[in-house]
Amino acid sequence: MSEDMEFTFALILNGASIGLMYSLIALGFVLVYKATDAINFAQGEFVMLAGLIVAMLISFESVPLAIAVVVVLAVMIGFGFGLERVVLRPLLGRPVVAVIMATIGLAAVLRGLGPVIFGSETRALSLPIGDEPVVIGPASLPPIQVLGAVVAIVFFLAFSWFFKKSRMGVAMRAVADNQQVAQAMGINVERYFALAWAMAGIVSAMGGIVWGSMLGVDVHLALVGLKVFPVVILGGLDSIGGALVGGLIVGIVESLAAGYLDPYVGGGTKDFAPYVLMILVLMIRPYGIFGKRKIERV
Amino acid sequence: MFHRESGIFKTTYAGDMALYPLPIAKWTVAVLVLVFVVILPLTVHEYYLSILNLIFIAIVGALGLNILVGYTGQISIGHAAFMSVGAYTAANLAVRMDLPFWITLPAGGLMAAAIGVVVGMPSLRIKGLYLAIATLAGQLIIEWTINHVPAISGGAQASIEVDRPSLFGFSFDTQHRLYYFLLFFAAIAIVATLNLVRSRIGRAFVAVRDQDIAAEIIGIDIYRYKLLAFAISSFYAGVCGVLYTYYFGIANYEQFQLIVSIDYLAMIIIGGLGSVLGSIFGAIFVTLLPIVIRILMEDVGALFFTQAEIANVISGLRLGVFGGLIIFFLIVEPEGLNRLWRNIRSYFRVWPFSY
Repeated sequence: MSEDMEFTFALILNGASIGLMYSLIALGFVLVYKATDAINFAQGEFVMLAGLIVAMLISFESVPLAIAVVVVLAVMIGFGFGLERVVLRPLLGRPVVAVIMATIGLAAVLRGLGPVIFGSETRALSLPIGDEPVVIGPASLPPIQVLGAVVAIVFFLAFSWFFKKSRMGVAMRAVADNQQVAQAMGINVERYFALAWAMAGIVSAMGGIVWGSMLGVDVHLALVGLKVFPVVILGGLDSIGGALVGGLIVGIVESLAAGYLDPYVGGGTKDFAPYVLMILVLMIRPYGIFGKRKIERV
Repeated sequence: MFHRESGIFKTTYAGDMALYPLPIAKWTVAVLVLVFVVILPLTVHEYYLSILNLIFIAIVGALGLNILVGYTGQISIGHAAFMSVGAYTAANLAVRMDLPFWITLPAGGLMAAAIGVVVGMPSLRIKGLYLAIATLAGQLIIEWTINHVPAISGGAQASIEVDRPSLFGFSFDTQHRLYYFLLFFAAIAIVATLNLVRSRIGRAFVAVRDQDIAAEIIGIDIYRYKLLAFAISSFYAGVCGVLYTYYFGIANYEQFQLIVSIDYLAMIIIGGLGSVLGSIFGAIFVTLLPIVIRILMEDVGALFFTQAEIANVISGLRLGVFGGLIIFFLIVEPEGLNRLWRNIRSYFRVWPFSY
């Protein structure tokens, strides 16, 4: 392979692994939207919260990582349930704009109070995976990205199985499809709404661990959430596979843009390219690659 | 003269649309003018005037956002970006071409309106959630562009210093003088919005908000009105940005980040969506809240936090309280402070014989 090809390959590989980590977070967004039609603008803040909790737990010397992970999963599940009960349920049936603004408010609460409660300094969240880069062909990846990508893929397989085969997953799909009919079939719709938020909590907990250990844990971890929107718009808001594909595309595009354009514009294309891509998608195909097209009637 | 009506006795549409529904309204306005133009600036300490000045600027921005979100129902998370467009346009014109404020101010507004229309373009095809995300992208792209193009941002620190505005050699260089400068624009913004929302355009906006497909069927060109709402709202935002620039004497992108967009959303939700008075209440509330939090924290916070932490705690609390209030008002009182005010007023209207 020529030098150019190797450079491109390294960029694509790096982008793909980062992209899989994006799609892990986007998965939380999609799960909630799919089941409850609610839009979660606080997904990045969920991730930040999980990261803050893990970082705080492992800073006590006596707490092993495994316990910290279990605790953060439990806390985030509880948080998801509580959130649905306190904030989202009173807003059922209100215009979509109200839900959007409520989650923006939630994002502000988490971002504001997180540092007050957990301290505002940046903490390291080190996982016992060493820092020997993993060599793949002519390129190499930091181990945390490999771990993140593996976790993302595992979660995608798990959720695909959950929605296709398990009783709860099928019920959830029914709720997503038509709430009234689902209710008539004896499905407790409110319970599944809460469950969807709890699952978003689980995904965010994992996202918080992998992203936190890559970037360090402080309030800026929440900015990862901003990348969720290009991913879900690209893939389609209600498609789990879409989140995966969207994440890969966004990751690769931003990596290539950073590699080829940064020298000309002085950096920062990484944060810019995904949104340009997203605007284009919104103009041409707003429901995304795999999303369901909504037809509106008066 | 000082009576209020005992019921609704309007017999004409003109009467229903009137700016002054009762003689007492004229007197109220006259008293307000007297208080704000003569009494307050003469009696109030400079520090409180500076707070009033910030409130005036915030009112302009909040009115603009309320026209878009409250009246037309198109959500925007990019309001701060439009402010930055206005601010940098005016700052560049003022510094490079040495133009006076009465040219740079409308120019900033118009530039913001033009950019606002471009960002609002997707609203032709998409709405609700998608529009929120598109305007979020608009905010981030504008922020990035200003930060990375030295021709706009003036190079180092991405900030441009401007002189205070002056008119015929009279420079608005103290808080007192700026007070009149800003009061003038806030008053114009309020009157213009009041007139806009009772006009044909304003009613078309409300129709688009309530049900856009139905609005189209009764003959409203919804695309035109959606873009018009974006243009007007961004014009207000641009003017608001220019006022910030002149008030602080510097255009800096850090004043116009995503978080500021959320502040303005908080203003109109807490104040009351789709109401001029609500925008004013919201602007006052959101401007005063951080000041109250700071005073509280400086007194009480010292018991819990060290001196070094307090600055962080204040900014965190401020954001947290805003978010909490947004959620609280959305759930408990979606019509905001404006509704509370109306409740109080209608209680006292029939007091003490409420039945």
